[in-house]
Amino acid sequence: MDKGHLQKLRWEIVATIIGFSVVPLLLLGAVFYHEFSSSYHAKVRESLRTLVDNRRGALDLFLEERVSQLVTLAHTHTLETISEENYLNKVFNIMQARSRSYMDLGVIDEDGNHLAYVGPYYSLLKGVNYKGEEWFNAVMAQGIHISDVFLGFRKVPHFIIAVLVRERQRIWILRATIDSDIIENIVRAAWIGKKGDAFIINRENILQTSPRFSGTLLGPPATPDFSKAVGTLVEELSHAGEKSLYGAAPLSSHRRWVIVVQEDPAEQLSPLLSARLLGLVIGLFGIALIVTGAWFSSQAMMRELLEMERKKAASEHMAIQSSKMAALGKMAAGIAHEINNPLAVIGEKAGWIKDLLKEEDISKSPNFQEFADAVAKIEYHVLRAKKITHRLLSFGRRMEPVKEQVDVNQVLDETIDFLENEARYRSIDIQTDLAPDLPTITSDASQLQQVFLNIINNAIDAIGKNGLIQIKTRYMPKHAQIAIEISDNGPGIPKEYLDKIFDPFFTTKEVGKGTGLGLSISYSIVENLGGRMMVASQEGEGTTFTIYLPAK
Amino acid sequence: MERFKVLVVDDEDDFRETIVKRLRGRNLDTTGVASGEEALKVMAQESFDVVVLDVRMPGMDGIEALKEMKKRWPLTEVIMLTGHASVESGIQGMQLGAFDYVMKPVPLDELLDKMRQAYERKKIQEGKF
Repeated sequence: MDKGHLQKLRWEIVATIIGFSVVPLLLLGAVFYHEFSSSYHAKVRESLRTLVDNRRGALDLFLEERVSQLVTLAHTHTLETISEENYLNKVFNIMQARSRSYMDLGVIDEDGNHLAYVGPYYSLLKGVNYKGEEWFNAVMAQGIHISDVFLGFRKVPHFIIAVLVRERQRIWILRATIDSDIIENIVRAAWIGKKGDAFIINRENILQTSPRFSGTLLGPPATPDFSKAVGTLVEELSHAGEKSLYGAAPLSSHRRWVIVVQEDPAEQLSPLLSARLLGLVIGLFGIALIVTGAWFSSQAMMRELLEMERKKAASEHMAIQSSKMAALGKMAAGIAHEINNPLAVIGEKAGWIKDLLKEEDISKSPNFQEFADAVAKIEYHVLRAKKITHRLLSFGRRMEPVKEQVDVNQVLDETIDFLENEARYRSIDIQTDLAPDLPTITSDASQLQQVFLNIINNAIDAIGKNGLIQIKTRYMPKHAQIAIEISDNGPGIPKEYLDKIFDPFFTTKEVGKGTGLGLSISYSIVENLGGRMMVASQEGEGTTFTIYLPAK
Repeated sequence: MERFKVLVVDDEDDFRETIVKRLRGRNLDTTGVASGEEALKVMAQESFDVVVLDVRMPGMDGIEALKEMKKRWPLTEVIMLTGHASVESGIQGMQLGAFDYVMKPVPLDELLDKMRQAYERKKIQEGKF
């Protein structure tokens, strides 16, 4: 598998892991955030609604109390008693003792004349006739009237509550002025946070209290128009480019007034925003974790995959090698046979010529020696060819190996004995490190000897002169194998040859010096014995052949 | 050197004719035939001391011919001549009673040695009876 393909596969794995982890994470986050957000929004609206209802209730309570106080006062007195200013003053003082909500108190006859007055503006208001006033007409028509806030004669914001009394043939009015500060205080309790506002407007959308931000008393508020509100409503609206949450409710005691509470959604939703920030941070951290995990796990996977590829390639290589051996073995045997017969004929013909040369008088012929030499050469080369074909036959031969108990260390010792002279002559040192715990194995001693002989001989040839051959044996009980390692410090095998050294007829020796069959025969012997043979070589450093044999 | 009767069985004409000539030159009473069937026919007419028998031949192969010869003329010694990857068949031949086997191409001296040894054995065997 090539690098690019692997890289692509890796990116696919990373993308898949990230996709399958991040998408659910994001989905979960989105769902949770949506649920949390909508319930939080609902909660904010609900609490605003409660606040508005609460303030409206407080205002209603206040106004109803004032109205009923005045109604009680009016209906429990006759005009004579109530228009007695000393008495009225006494009553006013009693009323003020409990709450300072009244500014003054007055009694007015049906023609608008101020009959009696208690309050700080006596001189100013005593003589006033109210006949033309709007509130006067309203109370005459409705019986009870609560006015809007107005500045009146005194230029102080206030509103009045007037109660009409029908006493036999007479009609009179009890009128009280309410300090609008009290209303303002009740409304201001609804100012929430740094940007919250609360105020009252009348049905003409005119401010009845001083708002915190949204305009000035008796002017229009800088908010959407809620003056036509029927029940309690909560809405999020944009006004003058800013989004606000509004709650509005008309008072039930005073239908002309609507209380409006304004909230800054950003401020109210700030816990939600910080939750969103926290979620975002956790989400990003999670994604980073997933990406890192995906990266590292894909890296581990790639390593595993490469390792598998490598192993697969190695075992394929071995399979190819052994099937190549088998096929070539068969072919070699066939060829050897086909060649042996003509060789036999050539040999016999040469022998026949030799026989004939001995007879008669040919020895006197001037060319006799030439004939004899030629015939001898033919015989010599027939024998040389025979050597090759016979080695080929032994390579192709699939003889069942003998099964006997073999002490590999001993076989090695014998083989080394055999080669020691040659090695000494070339000043090559043969060192052994044979495992004392090596078990005897079931194998074929003479075939093994052939293999060892071959490899050590090659090592000697490779070194040439002055060198070291190390022979080690090891027992690997885990794999039920023994390993024989034969290393030399010769020139090593060039990389491009490493794949071919086990191929039949491959040789780097000069023509006539090697058949190129030694290693291939060794290889097939080791395979026939159920083992494996490997080679490792570094040019300039040497070569190591390792033979693994089953030890059962 | 005692003169004994030799039969060479080989389908390779050049080889057979030459080796027969050379053996005759070495004072052996040598006959050559090209197949197993022919060999059995010839052997039925006259007796041979040593047979040099090629393993692979068309028609009746060496192993079959060997079996038949050993059945009919147990005292005649047979040397198997193997030309191909048939060390096994050589060994098989020996198990069936052949004296030995040689692989082609074989130097004539080597073959002669084997033939003489075979003839020696035949004489010993005959002495026993």
